[in-house]
Amino acid sequence: MSRIGVFVCHCGENLGRTVDAAEVARASGTLPGVAHAIDYKYMCSDPGQALIKQAVAEKKLDGVVVAACSPHMHEKTFRRATAGAGVNPFLCEMANIREHCSWIHENRPAATAKAIDITRSIVEKLKRNAPLEPIRIPVERRALVIGGGIAGIQAALDIADGGREVVLVEKGPSIGGHMSQLSETFPTLDCSQCILTPRMVEVYQHPRIKLLAYSEVEAVEGYIGNFTVKIRRKARGLDETKCNGCGQCQASCPQKKIPSEFDAGLGKRSAIYVPFPQAVPNIPVIDARHCARWKGIVKGLKKLACGKCLEVCGRGAITFDLEDKFVTEKVGAVVVATGFQLYEIGRDHEADGLKGYGEYGYGKIPDVIDGLQFERLASASGPTAGKLQRPSDGKEPRTIVFLQCVGSRDPAKGIEYCSKICCMYVAKHTMLYRHKVHDGRAVVFYMDVRAGGKGYEEFVRRAIEEDGAEYIRGRVSRLERDGDVVRVQGFDTLSGEPVTIDADLVVLATAMRSQPGIETLAQKLSVSYDRHGFINEAHPKLRPVETNTAGIFVAGACQAPRDIPDSVAMASAAASKVLGLFSNAELEREPIVARVDEATCAGCFHCLRVCAYGAVERKEIRDKKGNLIKVVASVNRGVCQGCGTCQATCPGKSVELEGFTDPQIYAAINAF
Amino acid sequence: MAGPASTRRSTLAAEIRRRTGLNPAKCYQCGKCSAGCPMAEETRLRPHDILRLVQRGRRDRLFADDSIWLCLTCETCSARCPNEVGPARIIDALRELALESGEGAPPRAIRALHESFLKQIRRHGRIFEFGMIAGFKLRSGKLFADVGKMPATMKRGKLALSPRNIAGVGDVRRIFDACAAAAGKEVRP
Amino acid sequence: MKLGYFPGCSLHATARECEESLRAIAAPLDVELAEIDDWACCGATSAHATNHLLSVALPARTLALAERQGFDTVLAPCAACYARLASARHELAKDKALLERVAAILERPFTNAVKVVSIAELLRDLAPKIREQAKRPLGGARVAAYYGCLLVRPTEVSGFDDAEQPSSMEAVIAAAGGTPVEWRRKVDCCGAGFSLSRTGSVIRLGRAILEDAKKAGAEAIAVGCPMCHSNLDLRQKAMSRTLPEPLGLPILFLSQVVGLGLGLDPQALGLGRHFVGTGSFVAKVTAPPAPAEKPAETKQEVA
Repeated sequence: MSRIGVFVCHCGENLGRTVDAAEVARASGTLPGVAHAIDYKYMCSDPGQALIKQAVAEKKLDGVVVAACSPHMHEKTFRRATAGAGVNPFLCEMANIREHCSWIHENRPAATAKAIDITRSIVEKLKRNAPLEPIRIPVERRALVIGGGIAGIQAALDIADGGREVVLVEKGPSIGGHMSQLSETFPTLDCSQCILTPRMVEVYQHPRIKLLAYSEVEAVEGYIGNFTVKIRRKARGLDETKCNGCGQCQASCPQKKIPSEFDAGLGKRSAIYVPFPQAVPNIPVIDARHCARWKGIVKGLKKLACGKCLEVCGRGAITFDLEDKFVTEKVGAVVVATGFQLYEIGRDHEADGLKGYGEYGYGKIPDVIDGLQFERLASASGPTAGKLQRPSDGKEPRTIVFLQCVGSRDPAKGIEYCSKICCMYVAKHTMLYRHKVHDGRAVVFYMDVRAGGKGYEEFVRRAIEEDGAEYIRGRVSRLERDGDVVRVQGFDTLSGEPVTIDADLVVLATAMRSQPGIETLAQKLSVSYDRHGFINEAHPKLRPVETNTAGIFVAGACQAPRDIPDSVAMASAAASKVLGLFSNAELEREPIVARVDEATCAGCFHCLRVCAYGAVERKEIRDKKGNLIKVVASVNRGVCQGCGTCQATCPGKSVELEGFTDPQIYAAINAF
Repeated sequence: MAGPASTRRSTLAAEIRRRTGLNPAKCYQCGKCSAGCPMAEETRLRPHDILRLVQRGRRDRLFADDSIWLCLTCETCSARCPNEVGPARIIDALRELALESGEGAPPRAIRALHESFLKQIRRHGRIFEFGMIAGFKLRSGKLFADVGKMPATMKRGKLALSPRNIAGVGDVRRIFDACAAAAGKEVRP
Repeated sequence: MKLGYFPGCSLHATARECEESLRAIAAPLDVELAEIDDWACCGATSAHATNHLLSVALPARTLALAERQGFDTVLAPCAACYARLASARHELAKDKALLERVAAILERPFTNAVKVVSIAELLRDLAPKIREQAKRPLGGARVAAYYGCLLVRPTEVSGFDDAEQPSSMEAVIAAAGGTPVEWRRKVDCCGAGFSLSRTGSVIRLGRAILEDAKKAGAEAIAVGCPMCHSNLDLRQKAMSRTLPEPLGLPILFLSQVVGLGLGLDPQALGLGRHFVGTGSFVAKVTAPPAPAEKPAETKQEVA
């Protein structure tokens, strides 16, 4: 390469303040192999890019160095410009004289000298660059959505409506998630079930959605456009194809006292059950921990117990089949939408670093419940059919105290973040309560009211101004059961007075946590998560629904505490990302991947062991007759992320990373 | 509230942090400390007020008030503080600071108690309650409080009348002197 | 089991019954109490409220003596002393510079190697033995366990029990044959060191504690702290003054409760030294079981 152009950017004042760009251009122009060097105020601007294209054409340049900002910022921009001028884009390199130079130095002559050094080093590297072609990967244009809550439902419907097939995997027996448990929703007080259940049915009936409820992701292999997912279909104990959801089995089951998960423990269910009447699919499961017959089968008893459901089922659907089944699906993209769980104030989660609330009785006081339980009490589909009755004695509470920030914003108990939704749902709870019990007293202990959403502040004000909720600014020190009431010992920091209230019911707005087991799933998917188990987005502002693994997207409360509007927005964003990915049958990727020299590879497979992405495979080399000559390492160009670990590890120097080969790096270093 | 115009950051908070390793800026004024404080109904400044005044550097208001001296160090505030601020230890440090700088002093009775208590330890190495109580009465002026209890207490064999020094009382006095020197003045509440 | 014993100032005076009962139950429980030679006062509230270094250095001297005298564990039966010793130990373990500074002040070798246990922790761990040795279980007498502040707080210092819902003293009461009472005020503060200097506060706080225990059906309260004991016992009459009838709740040291369970002589346990009479409670728990009509005996053979 002998006709390199060097383009030095001022970046306005950013570079110009400490680096003399004209001097860098002048010095670069004298380097061997450099045919053209020029500086300009904003090289990334349209005229700046035009400058590059024009110079390539006029001076017949065969390589481009842009001395400007970090390649993270504008490498794509300048490579595109270079390609536009008819030169292979990988023959364009950036010399970072902003982040690595002008921003961190004050002495202008010294900074200018350093900028010249950096530019010279990149020029030397560029001389050893090879033209590269983008990698093309075929795309399996089907998506997997994990989690059947509102985020998963929205993502699945959007992708399916966009014309692509979706496999929707839900861990529980029915889709619907937490939203199906809610009574009304803020800030409009519309009925949760009324807006959700039609969407659930739509999922079930959609010709392009394959719903795998009561299933979990077992293993994930592959890479963007080409994932192979193994799914465990948990044994329901009955034949789904025969069941018509008549409900006879449920009615006949003698076990009827099992706490219902759907009713947050406030209602009861049978051992063979559909979690709620509007469940999708409307097919029961047998709860192996409680079914007498199933327990007998597991124990290997000869005489089979019970069998009531078996007798009443007119379709012969009940099988007591214990075996989980596995199915494999090929998909091109994955949306993770596993949702959240609520913090529990008992001592059960100490292993997760959560201490529980001894001062609130560790969850042992019967009339102290959480927000989700209140939803069930207020819901028309709940255990009390929407009549507000407290758990201990069924009495209608005359005074309810709501505590915000339980578990949230409480580093001493293990969680420092704000759960975001509680301010709003507590305001909603006070309204629901006051609408049902007109002379009841609703008291809220809060630290701050965070109502930053459309119509949210107005909603909270309405609770206070029109619906008579009493807001007291302060955290509660202790909850004690005193006879018939729960004594709430608080402090009003605004009036400076201790406040003690005897409540009939206390509702704790406990923190939103990531789902149990999310770490295992995240590891299967190779996506990162924070210390609370929330999935990390690729960039907090610019790539909010992508993960750090290409082809895997995230939506809803598994990424951070989210309310319904946020979850739905994220889900639609993720779906549009998926549809964008599926818009072509093939995918183009940067060819910055590792390459093994098969002639020199000794087959030690250090590279295979260190590869974090599972991109290195064993490849057999055979002669024409098919005799095995040797086994060498081979890089799957679709999976490789170009990190270079294999290159650094290879003892025989048989692995090179395209774009960052040893000769390129040595040349760059030697030029200093 | 009007106060001295604040022109710079609170050095009081920095001083407290240096002494205790606790960061008063962590207090977000939730008031859980004051909600559980057994003395909250007797003091003018409650734990969260005290933390706020530390954040604002208001030594004048902190040290002009009895409140910091009425803390029982029952540690309820620190045990329940969601942000691990540690009000109890911070109040201890404020008391120490007030005594060192002379900006504040405990109410007479509490001062009398601490004085006679520490004097006993310094003199004998241990507390001999009779002497301690006598000293307290002289210093507090509560001459007749609990006098009725004395005979009953003695009858139950519960008051040791004659003080006896421990062998290492010299040790103890040296410790007092060293700690006083470190505080920049004699340890005298 | 041999323990370094730190009685603290009050066990030689106002809390003599605590020491007496402790010594009485030691033998049947196979515990040898060896008093730390030449210990000094822990400094109590007066030290930590006025000079932090002093509040660490005074307990450190005692811990250093215990170390040299070959103890690996020190028992501080007074909760206040326990809190000062354990706090000093905790702080010195966290802060190496402070340890060096304190060792220099003490002018003696000190590595901060001795462990400190409270009476509640010790007896909880001995509960199986207490149960086994209980000659005359307390007949299910309803006893409220009162921890106060210093046994369970600060949490990072104490840590042998839950700070909000502790259970170690209840385990001891149950092992001795009593029925622990469920009540609300067991970790509340009694006013502690304000007994002399701000008696009014102590009366207010103590009254709330006693009233709640009474409401929960307690026949006696077990304490682990001489300060709590003196506040709730000595000042109980004053606390009752505004109430329609006297509270009449005997305040027993936990070691006395164990002693009664082990069938020891109530006098030897110091039960005659209380301001609130323990007679009827002792009579009840020492009454022979079954027809329970015979007059209660107060003297029993030492088991």
